[in-house]
Amino acid sequence: MTKQSSEPVQQVNKKIKRIVEALLFATEQPMSVAQLQAVFPELERPERVTIEAAVGALCDDYRSQAIGLHKVASGYRFQVKTDMAPWVARLFSEKPPKYSRALLETIAIIAYQQPVTRADIEEIRGVSVSSNMIHTLLDREWIKVIAHKEAPGRPALYATTAQFLDYFNLDSLAAMPPLQELQALALEGEMEI
Amino acid sequence: MSAGVVTKERTVTAMVAGEPYLDLPEDLYIPPEALEIFLATFEGPLDLLLYLIRKQNLDIVNIPIAQITKQYMVYIEVMSNFQFELAAEYLLMAALLAEIKSRMLLPRQVNTEDDEEDPRAVLVRRLQEYERIKKAAEELNEIPRMERDIFLATIDTSSVSVHKPKPEVQLQDIVSALQGVLRRVDQLSHHTITKEVLSVRERMVAIMAKLEGCDSLLFARFFTYQEGRAGVVVAFLAILELSKAELIEILQAEPFDELSIRARVGVGND
Repeated sequence: MTKQSSEPVQQVNKKIKRIVEALLFATEQPMSVAQLQAVFPELERPERVTIEAAVGALCDDYRSQAIGLHKVASGYRFQVKTDMAPWVARLFSEKPPKYSRALLETIAIIAYQQPVTRADIEEIRGVSVSSNMIHTLLDREWIKVIAHKEAPGRPALYATTAQFLDYFNLDSLAAMPPLQELQALALEGEMEI
Repeated sequence: MSAGVVTKERTVTAMVAGEPYLDLPEDLYIPPEALEIFLATFEGPLDLLLYLIRKQNLDIVNIPIAQITKQYMVYIEVMSNFQFELAAEYLLMAALLAEIKSRMLLPRQVNTEDDEEDPRAVLVRRLQEYERIKKAAEELNEIPRMERDIFLATIDTSSVSVHKPKPEVQLQDIVSALQGVLRRVDQLSHHTITKEVLSVRERMVAIMAKLEGCDSLLFARFFTYQEGRAGVVVAFLAILELSKAELIEILQAEPFDELSIRARVGVGND
């Protein structure tokens, strides 16, 4: 088999690129490469790399536009570039939802320390966690129960979901802001024992 | 002393003997009438204590306990009318501070054999951990998110008419299928591996998901060799972490036998 070395490794298939563009605009949910592949009839299903190359080329096309192609945990989606977001926000009279500190701290603990139980969250925050809040997070599909701990009462172990990362525009847990180092608290008087 | 208004911006807390107090008084005293508003700005006793230590340079060891206890009793009377659970949490903290103080007052035993940890160190560690999560939550609030900073660009597809052609295989299709196969052969000989960021936490969740609904799986099944060395290390770390958290068991039927992993008894999906 001969291989033309002058050609780029993966030539972008223009037709597939157009299809991918249309599909990503037509769906509300992000689409993964596998989901994009699955749209094609079985006999002409493009390879993973072909789709990836098409996505890459689309990304380049939209570089200087107000709309961009963005990768989040569940896949790719078109979204308004963040510098244009304030303009779009002006369209809507309703203010975006604000989240309470309690909710943000709870989801932060789950995200950074997962898998955790409700007791773990309470231990860190020093206050009880309301059932309502856990339900809200489960309903929003930001968290899920992945198992039950082998402890009295078999408490549920919570972990974050891809939807949580999608909502915060992240493509993996590793993309979350790093946890800060523990900061020293001045303790006056010598330590005993 | 007259109660002042505690706003979220912390303007004037109270007037004491005609002097305005811009910050909270060091002795923790808050007029009961202002308590409800005041506590609403804090996420609990840890948050309040952290605030007092950071902003007031409060020395948690040298708190006038008798005074505070009296004040807390007043709060609890007030709070029992509306949020008793909240009162309990603050009371617990007051009790902890009192315990620390009383231990400090007792003569130190010279030959204590038990290596009991300094209760202050425990409290300080909790405060530090809480502070870290508090900061992380603040950062999380700042990063772009849907509904506020991220707007999806989609088109309305309700007017698209669906037309399903009957399957027809033509010579061209066969040729393109062959081309596809050839392309695949091409890629097999020239595949490149791109590095993906791997997270141990994510892998831990993936492993638990894999164990769902099955008794046990061979150790080797948890490694994807295509991920390379980094992937293997991440998977291995994830297994160790899960084992440490007692969520999984690593089993071996007999010496030198292959290892297998299973979810701990009692751990499983409902």
